[in-house]
Amino acid sequence: MSPGNFVALAVVLFVIGAVGVLVRRNAMVIFMCIELMLNAVNLAFVAFARMHGNLNGQVIAFFVMVVAAAEVVVGLAILLAIFRTRRSASVDDASLLKY
Amino acid sequence: MTGSLAVATTAAAHAETTLPAVGAQRAAWLLLVFPLFAAVVLLLGGKRTDRWGHLLGVAMPLAAFVYALIAFAQMLGYPGDQRSRDVQVYNWISAGAFKVNVGLQLDQLSICFVLLITGVGSLIFIYSVGYMAHDPGRRRFFGYMNLFLAAMLLLVLADNYLVLYAGWEGVGLASYLLIGFWQHKPAAAVAAKKAFIANRVGDAGLSLAIMLMFTTFGTVSFAGVFHHPGAASPGVLTAMGLLLLLGACGKSAQLPLQSWLLDAMEGPTPVSALIHAATMVTAGVYLIVRSGPIFDLSADARLAVAIVGAATLLFGGIIGSAKDDIKKALAGSTMSQIGYMMLAAGVGPAGYPFAIGLLLAHGFYKAGLFLDAGSIMHGMNDEVNMRRFGGLFSVLPITFTTFAACYLAIIGIPPFSGFFAKDTVIDAAYHDGTTTGWIIGTAALIGAGITSFYMTRILFMTFFGKRRWAEDAHPHEAPRVMTWPVILLGLGALGFGAFEILGDRLAKFLGPVSGYTPPEPAVFTLAGGVALVLVVIFGVVAWLLYGRRPVPETAPAAGFPVTAARKDLYGDAINESLLMRPGQWLTRLSVYFDNRGVDGLVNTVAAVIGGTSGRLRRVQTGFVRSYALSMFLGGVLLVGALLLARI
Repeated sequence: MSPGNFVALAVVLFVIGAVGVLVRRNAMVIFMCIELMLNAVNLAFVAFARMHGNLNGQVIAFFVMVVAAAEVVVGLAILLAIFRTRRSASVDDASLLKY
Repeated sequence: MTGSLAVATTAAAHAETTLPAVGAQRAAWLLLVFPLFAAVVLLLGGKRTDRWGHLLGVAMPLAAFVYALIAFAQMLGYPGDQRSRDVQVYNWISAGAFKVNVGLQLDQLSICFVLLITGVGSLIFIYSVGYMAHDPGRRRFFGYMNLFLAAMLLLVLADNYLVLYAGWEGVGLASYLLIGFWQHKPAAAVAAKKAFIANRVGDAGLSLAIMLMFTTFGTVSFAGVFHHPGAASPGVLTAMGLLLLLGACGKSAQLPLQSWLLDAMEGPTPVSALIHAATMVTAGVYLIVRSGPIFDLSADARLAVAIVGAATLLFGGIIGSAKDDIKKALAGSTMSQIGYMMLAAGVGPAGYPFAIGLLLAHGFYKAGLFLDAGSIMHGMNDEVNMRRFGGLFSVLPITFTTFAACYLAIIGIPPFSGFFAKDTVIDAAYHDGTTTGWIIGTAALIGAGITSFYMTRILFMTFFGKRRWAEDAHPHEAPRVMTWPVILLGLGALGFGAFEILGDRLAKFLGPVSGYTPPEPAVFTLAGGVALVLVVIFGVVAWLLYGRRPVPETAPAAGFPVTAARKDLYGDAINESLLMRPGQWLTRLSVYFDNRGVDGLVNTVAAVIGGTSGRLRRVQTGFVRSYALSMFLGGVLLVGALLLARI
């Protein structure tokens, strides 16, 4: 299988993730979409690493995973706190921090 | 001016050498410490010192006077050319080539002033104990008075111009505090401010003169500046002299900075006595005489001093002749008398001893006159209008007697002090031998007549004639604590002049400082005789107007000259139209420019930024998804730009 296919899949996954972030209101779903985008990028990194015979891309994928894990921990904690006070997971409801 | 050249050559020789002080004179700083200690204790001690504050306030000046007598006795023990002694207290400023030591100089000139300031000052302080007895602020009053004394002593004792300047400013501050002592009266507050501002103009002149000295000679010490003043160009010396004169005009209330003196009468009467007799207004004369070596080399500067003196002499006399307020009439008299001293100082070395002689004599009789005025006010419910006095000689016998003694002294009836002191001044002016000398001498002669006129007027309006008192007035003699100082001053006024002038005692004593030795003791001169005739004529005229005819209780309408004199010869109006109004226009213009121009520019920039950011702020909606969209669009733009750049 040619690496170009992996890149195409990564693009598709990324676009799905991005559209999900923009159109969905539920914070949980937005998180999942962000994960999708991150992993799409990981896939692209690995595919490019394979294409160019360079290990850097694979190493970066590990870094992204670590960062994603940390981000999810913090994000879920915030989400939980908001849900406890507002009984809602909609990101549009949590709009107090503004001008 | 041919006479001035000869003067210049003698002046260069009189740069006296100053020796270090020994013995009791080494403690000359005590003179400053005594009154300063009282001022600090009384002003910082607060209400706790209320009960005994005035006693300390009197004891310290007396202690300073006793020390001054000791130092004076020690000085008399030295031969004439070794009497100038110097006490180095500490190193004040040391910055590269610029070094200033706080040093005190005890010489013939400064000891005269020290004795006058502490002696007459102490009498005024004792008097104040009674005069201010019922004033709740008596302790504060004595604190300020001691501060005044300390500043004045620093001024006359300094051995360099910078320390002199410190005392000079201290005198200005203390006079401000004392003139505005009753600051609850708006008139007093305004008068204090006026005195301070008028003095500030003069101070600017003095500070510029000091800077000029430093750039020219590289030093500001008397010894350094006077050592070789000829090193400077004549123009610089004239500029220096004129700047010093400006400073002297401010402190000594000479034209054109005279206007504050009459308003300064708002202060308590002992303050007026202190300002007019012992401290403050004599400082200008001291400055001119002390700076003699500079003036000796600049005939133009000396001429300016003499002209200012002559003009003020007539100006003050005319004002004094028209005032109904006894203190203001006396204040006009002070202006006039200080004018005499400036005139004498303007004559040059030959005039210095007479300027100082008149100054010392004036210290006695003017203090006496003011304290008498205070005693009269004390007995008359603080009435100052002489049209409401009259016939007081029988109810206030001591006050009348002392006033009469001072009166005889000031108008110059022989053998009292004013006669000797003043006539020598007039004589010195004529002896200059030039046309200006004649003009100035004639002005001084007329001034002697005017002095006689206004003093006779005060005497008759106050002590003789019908009793025109207010209905609730019960005049009574002041307590002894107030009468004794005045009696002593009256005795001084009677005797001092003859003492200092007979045998040219004072002129010889001051000789090493002034660089002038009187050739022949001349007691009765032609000028003196003419002056005496004028004094009698003007006195009789005043008697005809105010003694023989009844004095109306309200001031009658008068023609232009009298109205002008009542309004201080429009001194305030001139200041107002020439300085105050243009100044106000200038400040208003600056304020307008500042508000519209500078502030306008700054405010416009701020308003634009504020308005823009106010609108941009709306972007911060709080909706996470809109932030995400903007990030997304930004990312797309970035990638698109990168791709475009690639292609």
